[in-house]
Amino acid sequence: MYELRGVTKQYRRGKETVHALAGVDLTIPDGDRLVIQGPTGGGKSTLLQMLGGLDRPTSGSVELDGTDLAKLSEAKLTKVRSESIGFVFQSFNLIPTLNAQENVETALVPLGVKAAERRERAAEALKSVGLGERLTHLPSEMSGGQQQRVAIARALVKQPKVLLADEPTGNLDESMRDEIMDVLETMWKEHGLTFIMVTHDSAIAKKAPRVATIRKGTITVTERA
Amino acid sequence: MFFTYLRRELRRRRKAALVVASGLALGIALVIVVSSVSSGMKQAQGKVLESLYGLGTDMTVTKAATPPEEGDGDERPRFRFDAQDGDSDEEQSTDRVMVQGFQTLASSTVTEVGKQDGVSEAVGGLSLNVVKVDGQFTRGEFQQDQNSGGSEQQGGPGGGTGQPQGRVQGGGADFEVNSYTVYGTDVTNLDLGPLTSSKITKGRTFKSTETDAKVAVADSSYAKEKELALGDTVTISGTKFEIVGIATPDSGDAAANLYIPLKQAQTLADSKDKVTTVYVKATDSQQIDAVKSAIQKNISGTTVTTSADLADTVSGSLSTASNLASNVGKWLSIAVLVAAFLVAGLLTMSAVSRRVREFGTLKALGWKSGRVTRQVVGEAVVNGLLGGVLGIALGLAGAYAVTAVSPTLQAQLGSTGGGGAMGGGPSGMGGGMGGPGRQTASKALEVALTAPISLSTVGLAVGLAVAGGLIAGAFGGWRASRLRPADALRRVE
Repeated sequence: MYELRGVTKQYRRGKETVHALAGVDLTIPDGDRLVIQGPTGGGKSTLLQMLGGLDRPTSGSVELDGTDLAKLSEAKLTKVRSESIGFVFQSFNLIPTLNAQENVETALVPLGVKAAERRERAAEALKSVGLGERLTHLPSEMSGGQQQRVAIARALVKQPKVLLADEPTGNLDESMRDEIMDVLETMWKEHGLTFIMVTHDSAIAKKAPRVATIRKGTITVTERA
Repeated sequence: MFFTYLRRELRRRRKAALVVASGLALGIALVIVVSSVSSGMKQAQGKVLESLYGLGTDMTVTKAATPPEEGDGDERPRFRFDAQDGDSDEEQSTDRVMVQGFQTLASSTVTEVGKQDGVSEAVGGLSLNVVKVDGQFTRGEFQQDQNSGGSEQQGGPGGGTGQPQGRVQGGGADFEVNSYTVYGTDVTNLDLGPLTSSKITKGRTFKSTETDAKVAVADSSYAKEKELALGDTVTISGTKFEIVGIATPDSGDAAANLYIPLKQAQTLADSKDKVTTVYVKATDSQQIDAVKSAIQKNISGTTVTTSADLADTVSGSLSTASNLASNVGKWLSIAVLVAAFLVAGLLTMSAVSRRVREFGTLKALGWKSGRVTRQVVGEAVVNGLLGGVLGIALGLAGAYAVTAVSPTLQAQLGSTGGGGAMGGGPSGMGGGMGGPGRQTASKALEVALTAPISLSTVGLAVGLAVAGGLIAGAFGGWRASRLRPADALRRVE
């Protein structure tokens, strides 16, 4: 469960101080499925960074299951990321020189999983996203949808508590978009994840039971019955 | 994962790896060639010095130069010939045996030098220059003019009343000058001295009992020139010596044309108990300078010349090339190496910059900074090793090429001083025969240049390759360690 209290984030861009987040309070219960939307530059990505432990707030607290990520050391934060948080990025962010299976394995490396087990788990994860036949393909040899599936397998292979997706369909055409959304939905249900997704896509937002909208650094949560 | 990732990166980014590696390779190859050529230079210089000194000699002791005293003329050679009548065909011959450089030390100095701390062995030797002049010397004949009357008179002003008129015709000299060097060897100790740089190729060397025997060893090229063979005799200033051996120098010129026992040389030159040079072997080659100053301090009137001193007097193309290799070559290879390291570093850094999102992603996945950095450094080190292998191959090829071509270098020795034996005032050179100075004063040799590769050179190259990789890795690793995991979310490449 996430508990955000009075989270602000300021950074300087040239001479200007940008208030990316201006006092965000947000509670995300375990197993929730939250869509974050809002205009470009509104603070969506900044919020995702806070949730993922990729950056620290200027003030306020970001608690994940009672631990304030804002106060953790870099090493502990790295550990939290490696164990509990899975990421899916807009542009897939696969390692171009590694094949599908190896890419998935990179998520298990910081956990100290032995090579043989790593390979096995990676293959299984790829099978669960429908890429069982493409273990040895390089990212450049796969379509965008396939690449994103590899990325989803990579995010989930370590069985995290939280799955954070940053515009996971932003680089995909419509047919691919639905396919990926289906995969993500299935995974969320199967793994009992807390699934937080940033998106521009209003079609996706409309389907979501809970939508958080960020405008000018402040958040409003809309619940649909 | 480390190795899989490393292997994949190197294989799939072959071009980038090759650029970094070949930059390093160039620098390393240059270092190998330069260092092997300069060790070839050292060997060449060593050969030159050896040919003077013989093997194992660390320094020589000679008499300190003193300006010749007034009226000291009896040391300079004079030749006297009687003019003969025109119809006489008789050849006259005379030879002068001179001590080279006219400076001698007492034989006791050898013992004294031998007693100095750090001296392992000291052996004396006497270098002689023999100048032999032989030929015909005829008087001019007076020929009277036909027109003038008077009785025929030969030569000179006559006692007659009528003044004869005419001129002297046909007088003159037809002679040959033969100059050669003789070295008086201490036959009881043949381990040191000039003869050690030659191999006895025919016959034998001296026996230790032959301290005063009339035997000689001839230098092979001199023997060839004079058509001397084993068993022949040579006459030096009236004394006949039997040739018992022919010596061929290992390289370059021989130190002397003939070698005879020291005592005989002293008798010939009328220099009883005198030596020109003491050859010294030090107990420890690291202590040569200390031994040198000890000898100079404790035995007055001596000049000590070490191999290093002598090496400074080597001139000619060898010296030029040697300077080139040690100065220009050294700086050039340092410059190229630094440039190669820098380029490798910057290329690695820019490669990291191009992979910001990749490394950011890994950090977001929970890779520790150290693991990412290690990956970058690992790639750079492998690149460096690759460069090292390439560079060693290139360098070996270069060095072999030098050895294969083996350009000939000229070495001139000693004209710049070498202990100052010739420094004794202008009249020192005036002695009749063009001043035979110290034997080292005029010596030209030809030495073929090789570029021997030592294991340490290859070791150095490997070290440089690893260092190059580490430097490149340090650049890249530093850049990688500063990446934030949030860089994974960057949208622009």
